[in-house]
Amino acid sequence: MSYLKPNNSFITNSFMNDIKQKFIDFFIDVANVMYYLKSVMKNIFHSSFEKSEFLKQCYQIGNKSVGLISITGIIIGLVLTIQSRPPLVEFGAVAMLPGMVAISIIREMGPVITALICAGKIGSSMGAELGSMRVTEQIDAMEVSNTNPINFLIVPRVIAATVMIPILTLYADVIGIFGSWLGVNIKDDVSFTLFMHQAFDSVEFIDLLPALIKSFFFGAVIGLVGCYKGFNAGRGTESVGVAANSAVVTASLLLIIVDLIAVQITDLL
Amino acid sequence: MKNVLIDIKDVTKSFGTQDILKGVTLQLFENENLVILGKSGTGKSVLIKCIVNLLQLDSGCIKVEDYEIANSSDEDLIEVRKKIGFLFQGAALYDSMTVRENLTFPLTRLDKKFSNEEITQKIEKVLEDVSLPEAIDKMPSELSGGMKKRIGLARTLIVNPKILLYDEPTTGLDPITSDEISQLINETKNKFKTSSIIITHDIKCVQTVADRIIMLKDGVVYKEGTLSEFENDDDSYIQSFFN
Ligand SMILES: Nc1ncnc2c1ncn2[C@@H]1O[C@H](COP(=O)(O)OP(=O)(O)O)[C@@H](O)[C@H]1O
Ligand SMILES: [Mg+2]
Repeated sequence: MSYLKPNNSFITNSFMNDIKQKFIDFFIDVANVMYYLKSVMKNIFHSSFEKSEFLKQCYQIGNKSVGLISITGIIIGLVLTIQSRPPLVEFGAVAMLPGMVAISIIREMGPVITALICAGKIGSSMGAELGSMRVTEQIDAMEVSNTNPINFLIVPRVIAATVMIPILTLYADVIGIFGSWLGVNIKDDVSFTLFMHQAFDSVEFIDLLPALIKSFFFGAVIGLVGCYKGFNAGRGTESVGVAANSAVVTASLLLIIVDLIAVQITDLL
Repeated sequence: MKNVLIDIKDVTKSFGTQDILKGVTLQLFENENLVILGKSGTGKSVLIKCIVNLLQLDSGCIKVEDYEIANSSDEDLIEVRKKIGFLFQGAALYDSMTVRENLTFPLTRLDKKFSNEEITQKIEKVLEDVSLPEAIDKMPSELSGGMKKRIGLARTLIVNPKILLYDEPTTGLDPITSDEISQLINETKNKFKTSSIIITHDIKCVQTVADRIIMLKDGVVYKEGTLSEFENDDDSYIQSFFN
């Protein structure tokens, strides 16, 4: 039964080849991403802007995610409040509760939760939509009709995501703070005006600005990754699912990394 | 000597380690229907995608009239693409647009000079030509496979191309619809004096439309001839297509 005998040199060889191939693939990927970013940038600055596509995308992004963001926002506000209350009671600092929750929502929870939800909702749908356009040759058909698909499909989506995510973040902040007011009212009886007063006493513009800048980058990441994965989908039908899935995974991971970088930078200021 | 519209010389194309086209040479003459036959995976779609520069050749040369595709400037490429209509295998209708928007797309993208009335007129006329006037405000998802193919054809015809490239126009359709599409291909040729390359495995379609046939095998031209020459050939590979 010689064919069952493990052939060591073969295994090591194929293992080394595997690693070599992975390494090469990685650099090809990096080159592709660079080329993609360059093409998108070039089109943003040098081609006629597809305004109606842009507006359509903005509408879709808002429409698709506003419900989910409302529910999540209110619950996050509520939960944060309920959980932060006992330690503050212990220190006799319940009055700080609204301000503390508002700051954590505005600085971190609002932008990150919104971005993660949109990565799931918007990033995946961009990946799936462009992926299926790739697989069914719609992107080729556009090119034959003298339309640059990067300019027509990708640029409006990326800009729409970059504009809409900060807006949705602001909305999530408001909803989250409202949720927090509900949370406070479970134990205490605080009027909405008093609550807002307490909350915004401790919030400064310097809390809001970095968070908003951060969410612009979140938006760009979601748009760029979703479109990249869809646009470069493989050739079979299954590639559509792969594109959607890897759009969400990659975007979520990148969002967290961007968040980490952003917090380092804000810390320096 | 008939006018040569597309001149393909020694074209090679590979993907990674896979050599698909290994030196294809063929010509498309004025006002003829040229059928390209070949088993699936031989690179028929790759070849016609090279003609419109959706894929780039590795070596060889493709000329459309006087334009050499590989070395064309962007402006020249637009000129070439105005001359050529491409019917994709799955029709490739834009999912997110209505039939009307699908048909407007190439009109406004290739030529910006039409007024809204002209566009509407053209759309109504071309839908008349493919006998689907009622589909005008439908979404592609509401259409059957055969209807999609027709709308795809309408979208190709609406810019009055001189040359048409059909990628498997009848594959996946029932015999009656296939027949109708084949008839449409012939009508288009006679009415608009177009020249076409038709990729197909459907022998019924070949019998209806072919003026000349070229068979590809293993990345090169295996045989060229008329329908009767193919039907009377006793090569077993060729016979396997015709029986
Ligand atoms: N863009 C591409 N990338 C990699 N391989 C491709 C690409 N397009 C086609 N191929 C490969 O080329 C071969 C021929 O494909 P195709 O021209 O579609 O065949 P057909 O003759 O059936 O139309 C197939 O093996 C296919 O996998
Ligand atoms: Mg094909």
